[in-house]
Amino acid sequence: MTPKLHLDEAWIARGRAAAGRIADWMEAFTQARTTVAVERTVLRLLGVDGVNAQGVPLPNAVVDAVQGAVGGAIPAGCGQGMGGVSADARGNAGAGPGSGGRGGGLADGIARPFVNGMLATGLSAQALAEAVAEGGLRLEELPDMGEAAVRQAALRLAEEGLARIDKNRRRREELLARLGEGPAPLLYVIVATGNIYEDVVQARAAARQGADIIAVIRSTGQSLLDYVPYGATTEGYGGTYATQENFRIMREALDEVSEEVGRYVRLCNYCSGLCMPEIAAMGALERLDVMLNDALYGILFRDINPQRTLIDQMFSRMINAYAGVIINTGEDNYLTTADAVQAAHTVLASQFINEQFALRAGLREEQMGLGHAFEMDPMLEDGFLLEVAQAQMAREIFPRAPLKYMPPTKHMTGNIFRGHVQDAMFNLAGILTQQGIQLLGMMTEQIHTPLLSDRHLSLEAARYIFRNARHLGDEVVFRPDGRIARRAQTVLREAVELLERIERMGFLEALAEGVFADVRRTPAGGRGLSGVLMRGPAYFNPFEELLRDRLGLGPAGGRGTARAAAEAVRGGSSGALGAAGGTDPGAGVSA
Amino acid sequence: MANWRNEIAKVDLTRVRPYGDTMDDGKVQLSFSLPVPDGPEAVEAARQLAAKMGLAEPVVVHHEDIGEGFTFLILYGRCTHSVDYAHIQVPKVDAPRMGFDEINRFIRERIGRKITVVGACTGTDAHTVGIDAIMNMKGYHGEYGLERYPEIRAFNLGSQVENEELLKAAIELEADAILVSQVVTQKDVHIHNLAALVDLLEAEGLRERVVLVCGGPRITHELALELGYDAGFGPGTVAPDVASFIVHEMVRRGLA
Repeated sequence: MTPKLHLDEAWIARGRAAAGRIADWMEAFTQARTTVAVERTVLRLLGVDGVNAQGVPLPNAVVDAVQGAVGGAIPAGCGQGMGGVSADARGNAGAGPGSGGRGGGLADGIARPFVNGMLATGLSAQALAEAVAEGGLRLEELPDMGEAAVRQAALRLAEEGLARIDKNRRRREELLARLGEGPAPLLYVIVATGNIYEDVVQARAAARQGADIIAVIRSTGQSLLDYVPYGATTEGYGGTYATQENFRIMREALDEVSEEVGRYVRLCNYCSGLCMPEIAAMGALERLDVMLNDALYGILFRDINPQRTLIDQMFSRMINAYAGVIINTGEDNYLTTADAVQAAHTVLASQFINEQFALRAGLREEQMGLGHAFEMDPMLEDGFLLEVAQAQMAREIFPRAPLKYMPPTKHMTGNIFRGHVQDAMFNLAGILTQQGIQLLGMMTEQIHTPLLSDRHLSLEAARYIFRNARHLGDEVVFRPDGRIARRAQTVLREAVELLERIERMGFLEALAEGVFADVRRTPAGGRGLSGVLMRGPAYFNPFEELLRDRLGLGPAGGRGTARAAAEAVRGGSSGALGAAGGTDPGAGVSA
Repeated sequence: MANWRNEIAKVDLTRVRPYGDTMDDGKVQLSFSLPVPDGPEAVEAARQLAAKMGLAEPVVVHHEDIGEGFTFLILYGRCTHSVDYAHIQVPKVDAPRMGFDEINRFIRERIGRKITVVGACTGTDAHTVGIDAIMNMKGYHGEYGLERYPEIRAFNLGSQVENEELLKAAIELEADAILVSQVVTQKDVHIHNLAALVDLLEAEGLRERVVLVCGGPRITHELALELGYDAGFGPGTVAPDVASFIVHEMVRRGLA
């Protein structure tokens, strides 16, 4: 790709460096902590699945048992057909017994007591989880099988767990090699009926209509559940529950249609919410190809505790990285609350941060579907020029990333005919600036989740425009002193200045000040804080160790600056806000 | 786990209604303008009209003043009616469709001589796009036209050909088949034109000796049969569709 905007390389380097220092701090912060979701993920990757008689997922039941939480149980009946909006039972409950730096058995990780239990009883992971969840077996009462034996067994089990992911990754590579894929920008559409069986029909129709990526939108409120629903589901609101069985069904259905259309059709779901790493693991086990995974989305738009999200996203992204998943970040969401012209630089700043966070989780640039959106007021004079400036700028600053370009939503009116034209302009910008993933707009945006025919019209229009203007981007250059180049240069400078300000303030303080999307989030606020724990001195997570090694990340804490790591740990253990209640937001930031 | 394939909702073909995103939801999208000023009364008027059209839960999602006291509206609703698809019978051209080589071979082997096809756009109609697509050498949509077929003598008389002229040419050229294209349909002028040609052919005693075919954007096979034609072809038709019908019909009627 030839640079066309005459962007100042020195400013780009400055922005990257500032984001890198913020990410170093974040990495050190997360390395000192774990969460109930991270520990449940360890169990899932060890092979624990299913629910107990009350409908509580076994990973929750086991983690709760080890944590010794009383009153921390998740709502019963969280299987198929649950309300879906039942709030996190733990959220906002404050630090309960067993949470926080006291450990309560979980501070050193679930792997040690659980694998010790497997060795002591001779049970499989699943059978042991059932015994704990249903039979009242208490892991802490089992004989200690010895540190060396437990460590060795845990690492071996972790290797087996990762081997299941390897197999999926190889299978994807085989299918891509044999069937091929559509040309970029990949055509991404959503299905969202609430019923997985109806979703299958629509997804397969979309694949036949030309879709390259099918995203199954989740039911409203799933991100606030502190457990992952179980089994095939047929009721949801505005979407369909992300469950492992739903993933499996859709994967199988898309594999079949991929063979028929002679093109690999990718499957996408969402890692955001209180179960980021668990869903990343489910996605890895069921060969999802694309997963929404934003470092800040849950914090800003779902009021999930910032500490919780930062820790969860780190481990979830390592799993995504290892599974060969393309992550999609959520910068587009900033523009649904803030004005797209005024807040353009916050999108770029967030892209820099998401990139640096992703690098520290082992994601390659080719896996970074950094987000942005075509959200400016369509009535703005030269608005299209500003959109092109933004999209081309992202293309040039992140040349290898499969940028995820989001369609107009905020200024869609219910006038479906005008909406279809807005989407056409968006598609033209997408092909002109050579985006990686085009999330197709629907003319019925703001009216209903897409009908079968809406998706058809959307795919038809995008294919027409992309084919008709395929190499337009190769032909067009922009005047160095023109509106488009000047706009991009301005946005870049503003973004870099913002990143340097965030670095000076401290990342958590910047969140508290409402720097992103005009939303203020404090370190101790939001849902899920009680699920955050300081890691004990003997913390052990065999998957994290293996993943860090295999992703070339080096041992934990190796990449962040030693000083930041030390200060983050000190800040946490100083108990300024209570151990799990959040470290001093300023601690660990190199001011 | 139950096989998910068995869980997918099946359509009841005796009671078919529109599909939005769930089987049988009846979802319909419609737009129209009302000759009243934009406002709550216009929206309510549109809702009431939609309800009278048989749409349950009509919702106006967009309304705007489009000048001169008109309001443009977009609505959604659920269609409460259904149709029995299982018992619908639509007359269709049922000749097996053959390709270029197959058709020429069929003519050589089953008819044993070259066949003659005369085509025209009749009456005042000057739109030759349809007849050209079927007859001209280069054809349409990757299919050669009849002029390219070695076993077919194809004569495209062009546009604005009076029925009498077409009849005269058909007699002179000893046509086996006559193709009539009608694109203009204002005030049903195509119907009158097409019917008049049948009358002429019958008066001359020629009707039984030719395969008579019409085509155009508003032509259906059913309409063609009503008007006394042997077949009618709508949009998207290419030369092999027409040629396949002609040669099979000639054999069936012993015109070979």
